[in-house]
Amino acid sequence: MARAPKAPKAEELLDFDFSPPAADWMETPVDFKPGTFCYGAKGKNLDIMDLPNARDWSPTDEDWRLPAEWQGTIIEGLADRMKKYRSFRLFLDICVRCGACADKCHFYLGSGDPKNMPVLRAELLRSVYRRYFTRPGKLFGRLAGARDLTVDVLKEWWYYFFQCTECRRCSVFCPYGIDQAEITLMGRELLNLLGLNTDWIAGPVANCFMNGNHVGLEPQTIMSNVEFLLEDIETITGRHIEPSFNRKGAEILFVAPSGDLYAEPGTYTCMGYLMLFDQLGLDYTMSTYASEGGNFGFFTSNETAKRLNAKIYAEARRLGVKWILGGECGHMWRLVNQYMDTWNGPADFLEQPVSPVTGTKFTNAAATRMVHITEFTADLLYHNKIKVDKSRNDHLVITYHDSCNTARGMGLLEEPRYILRRICNNFVEMPEDTIREKTFCCGSGAGLNAGENMELRLRGGFPRANAVKYVREKHGVNVLANICALDRASLPALMDYWVPGVKVMGVHELLGNALVLDGEIERTLDLRSDDLPGKEEEAIV
Amino acid sequence: MKIWPSFLAALALVLLAWAGVGLFHWQTLFGVVIPYLAFLTFVAGFIRRVVLWGRSAVPFRIPTTCGQQKTLPWIKQDKLENPSSPWQVLGRMCLEVFLFRSLFRNIRTEKRGAALGFGSAKWLWLGGLVFHWSMLIILLRHLRLFLNPVPAPIRGLEALDSFLQIGAPLLYITDLTIVFALTYLFLRRVVVPSVRYISQPADYFPLLLLLAAALSGILMRWFFRVDIRAVKELTMGLVTFHPLPPGQLSIGVIFYIHIFLVSCLFAYFPWSKLMHAGGVFLSPTRNMSNNSRAVRHVNPWNYPVKTHAYAEYEEQFREKMRKAGLPLETE
Ligand code: SF4
Ligand code: SF4
Repeated sequence: MARAPKAPKAEELLDFDFSPPAADWMETPVDFKPGTFCYGAKGKNLDIMDLPNARDWSPTDEDWRLPAEWQGTIIEGLADRMKKYRSFRLFLDICVRCGACADKCHFYLGSGDPKNMPVLRAELLRSVYRRYFTRPGKLFGRLAGARDLTVDVLKEWWYYFFQCTECRRCSVFCPYGIDQAEITLMGRELLNLLGLNTDWIAGPVANCFMNGNHVGLEPQTIMSNVEFLLEDIETITGRHIEPSFNRKGAEILFVAPSGDLYAEPGTYTCMGYLMLFDQLGLDYTMSTYASEGGNFGFFTSNETAKRLNAKIYAEARRLGVKWILGGECGHMWRLVNQYMDTWNGPADFLEQPVSPVTGTKFTNAAATRMVHITEFTADLLYHNKIKVDKSRNDHLVITYHDSCNTARGMGLLEEPRYILRRICNNFVEMPEDTIREKTFCCGSGAGLNAGENMELRLRGGFPRANAVKYVREKHGVNVLANICALDRASLPALMDYWVPGVKVMGVHELLGNALVLDGEIERTLDLRSDDLPGKEEEAIV
Repeated sequence: MKIWPSFLAALALVLLAWAGVGLFHWQTLFGVVIPYLAFLTFVAGFIRRVVLWGRSAVPFRIPTTCGQQKTLPWIKQDKLENPSSPWQVLGRMCLEVFLFRSLFRNIRTEKRGAALGFGSAKWLWLGGLVFHWSMLIILLRHLRLFLNPVPAPIRGLEALDSFLQIGAPLLYITDLTIVFALTYLFLRRVVVPSVRYISQPADYFPLLLLLAAALSGILMRWFFRVDIRAVKELTMGLVTFHPLPPGQLSIGVIFYIHIFLVSCLFAYFPWSKLMHAGGVFLSPTRNMSNNSRAVRHVNPWNYPVKTHAYAEYEEQFREKMRKAGLPLETE
């Protein structure tokens, strides 16, 4: 495997503008620029999932070793998906190329590459659809915006469909709601029919299928990881916590993105969860089998996503819990909200979720029976069921990054903000055009958070970073709060590059800092074991 | 440039009608046969396309949520941007269809050195809205030619549209606005580099066709002054399925050019992007409520998949799990 290329300097990255090239896009062949794409999926990872055309390959290979009848496979696959998804069929037909979506994509805004305009990303596939499925396309070809499906076109698809984070920002602005994420999803499904995934997605998928989570943590490793966090909690707060795993008969199954279990800074968020649950005396358990809320299957195909997601309900049923509580994760929550029950429900073996602390019935989760942790915690705070000491976050100036999926695939906007306002004194918003439904992606979603494509990630994250920079300069922001495991994994590098001095923290990490536990020791450290400014002196006095 | 094929095609259509009627006197072809065929193509093609869309399944609830979800009772839901019930969806759809809500959100993003800047960008929204509303009013006004007696609402609409009371015959405001709006939409495509880059012949053609149809209509009313009573005789014949041989009516060539361009537009409609007129109602990201956590949504083609069951997982890790003290199903 080649070494990941070093990221270029910021001036080099920003050396572009939005004026399109002279040559027509159909005549501009794809250029696999190192640093902007991921490695090809390894055969062994596809084999584990029984996915077709498993082999080792590299996107830079001249010959991608496609199956003999590959064109037929794609055309058939296209026809099949057009029947299965009205969204797809409709979005192939009704775009008027008004361009409203063009400058809304973070990849376009960070690269100036016109094929990163959502409308052109869609045209890459639409042009093939026209050629094989519409009369004008068959009759008039190029004149009707149609073109043949060639290997070069396929390569172009691969390059640009793995350069879209399925963030749906384009869809917010489109007069017909055309969602490029839908087209990318289908595009990736088609590519997967030929074994053309990235390994950064295929690897985690295989891990998750076999071991229950993306990194492939085995049960005992999950437990020992959590053990470490518990030791830290004890050092910091004096509180000894003993959570349970795979325990039958618990009231609640808690499912977090696995990133929170093993990698900083997600682990600090995990500490926040553990402290909160312990303080409440919640009757909950975690599973080593369903140890992943996230789902890289969704970045592969609908079927793969469903296969991975099935574990959550299966485990809830096996353990006999009443309902499910879900941790901070973006795409996990788009799937819980819009897909899980449809895939693997009905969840009639669970009960309607009720907060055991406040008695609040989560009627909005009446069918899936899964509650978002910020809904749960906001409810606690609203009913004053937990004590917090805001001043412990006084050295922080916090802004909040909406993850694409919770914003545009759910509408979870106020819950995390309410929590933040209750647990800190310095909360500021980024400019209006860059938050809530108009939020900018971290640039690494949908399975793009690899190392080898760092340049792409930095470019895609530029619009987000640009907004953070604005509030850093204006208000001295030093924390970017979020509720997404991929954000926590990818934004630190992005901040270090574009806006040094801004830390990335989960909302429940900040909550954990402010949370007053019964019988805790005087806090002088935050959850990162850094000194709490102001507090250490008090301790001395 | 992709504009020329479209320009030539539109020009050819104008010349065809001019030659057909002006030189060869094919009034029946251009005044009766083609309009009938075009209308048939339109209706059949439109229905076919909508049925094709309708036959595709809607497996998942995928609204693009643009506001706060329905959640805890003390958090205010944004009912129009994130609807959770059919009525709220109706509200959202009305905003989309009548006021182009999403397009109204449009912002301009610019690169200013090492930073991005955002600016308001409502012109596209305005241009689009003015065009579509003008189009609708003009279409409704034209019903005058197909109904006898002319219903009061149509007459009222006409009166409203000409309330400026300029000129004789009276100037219709929508005649002006549609030409302005179309010109703006056309120029935008030609002038704005990124929009030019994404434009296809299929984007210029309908604009040019519409513009030509509108202009021919205006010319007919003001400059060439066709006999409006004769036109109405013809159009009434068409709708009552007793078409008069138009050769006997003395109607100027400009009328045939107009009706031919409109016929072309109708016939072209179902095969083109103009179908967004039907599609906008079916868009799952807009016409679905965001309630899939509260109400189960069923996928008609959902099928069982191979999973890695807990039993297999325990099999795989039994010893390690035992050592770690995890409860086991089978010892
Ligand atoms: S905003 Fe919608 S209709 Fe306009 S170009 Fe983009 S996808 Fe097409
Ligand atoms: S979904 Fe997001 S990443 Fe993909 S084209 Fe749209 S704006 Fe760009």
